[in-house]
Amino acid sequence: MPKGMETAAQPRTGAARGWRRLREAFHKAGSPRWFFAGCRAWMIGLYAIGAPLVVVGAVWGLAFVPPDRLQGDSFRILFVHVPAVHVAQSVYYAIAVAAVVYLVWRMKMADMVIAVGAPIGLAITAAALLTGIIWGIPTWGTGWVWDARTVSTLVLLILFFGLTALRQAVVRPQRAALAVALLALVGVVNLPIIKYSVDWFATLHQPPSIRIGQKPAIAAVFLWPLALTTLGYYCLAVAAGLAGLRALIVDREAGADWVRQWLARPAPASE
Amino acid sequence: MSDLLLMGGHGAYVWSAYAISCAALLGICVWPLARLRKLRAKLLRRMAEEARAGR
Repeated sequence: MPKGMETAAQPRTGAARGWRRLREAFHKAGSPRWFFAGCRAWMIGLYAIGAPLVVVGAVWGLAFVPPDRLQGDSFRILFVHVPAVHVAQSVYYAIAVAAVVYLVWRMKMADMVIAVGAPIGLAITAAALLTGIIWGIPTWGTGWVWDARTVSTLVLLILFFGLTALRQAVVRPQRAALAVALLALVGVVNLPIIKYSVDWFATLHQPPSIRIGQKPAIAAVFLWPLALTTLGYYCLAVAAGLAGLRALIVDREAGADWVRQWLARPAPASE
Repeated sequence: MSDLLLMGGHGAYVWSAYAISCAALLGICVWPLARLRKLRAKLLRRMAEEARAGR
C-alpha cells in the first residue's frame, strides 16, 4: 500500500482505532499550546488532592501511631523519608522516558519535561537524603555511611544537579537539550543500583519493608499513614511538574499568538 | 502535648525531618506558580510598552 493511503483510509478494527487515538493524543501532548490549556484542571486537582493527603498522613504518622518497638519515636521519619525516596526515583524515570522521546522524535515538550523535572527531583532527593541522615543519627549512631544505598542516592542528587547545571552551561538551547537528554539516559544505570543495593551489598540501610507480592514486613497500623503521604507526595510532585511546564511553555513560546491571546484575557484566580 | 514535642527524646530528629520535608514540598509546589505569575506580569508590561511605542 502506498504511504499516503494508510492515513487516508478509515481504520476498521477497534485496535486500529485505539492505536490512532493514542497516536493523536501523543501528537497533541507534543503541542505546547494544547498541553498548556489541557493540564490546568489536572494541576489544580492534583494540588487539591495531594496537599490534604500529605497533611493527614503526616499528622497521623506523628500523633496517632504507636512508637516502634525498637526505634521508639524516631521511626516516624519513615512517613516523610520513604515517599521522598520513591518520588525522587520516579521523577528520574519520567525524565529518562522524556529523554528517549526527545532523542528519537526531538519533541519540544519532552525536553521541557526534563527541564522542569530536574529541579523537582533535586529538591525531593535532597529531602530524602537529609531525612535519612537525620534518621540515621539516633538509629545507626551515625548520620552518614558510605554504603551502596546512600551513595547511589547521593549520585541521584548529583545527576539531578548535573541535568540542571548542564543546561545552563551550554549556550545554544538545542545543543543543551541534546546534551541534557544524553546525560539523563546515561544516568539510568544508577536506578537499579539504588533499588537492589540493599539486596546485593551488605548495607547498614535496611532492606525494603514493603515488596510487591509479599506480605509487608511492617505492622498494618504504620501502612495507612505511609500510603497517604506517599500518594500525596506523588500528587504534589506531578502537580508541581504541570505547573512548572505551564510556566516554561509561556517562557519559551512568549512570541506566539496564542500566548498573547492568553495574556490579554483577565488572569484566573490561580495565576 | 509535650509528649508530641519531645517524641521520647527524639523530638529534634523527628521535627527537623518533617520541617525539611515540608520546606521541600512547599518549594517545589509554590515556585512554579510564582514563576508563571511573574512571567505573565513581565510579558504584559512588555506588551503595553510595545503598544505605546507603536502609537
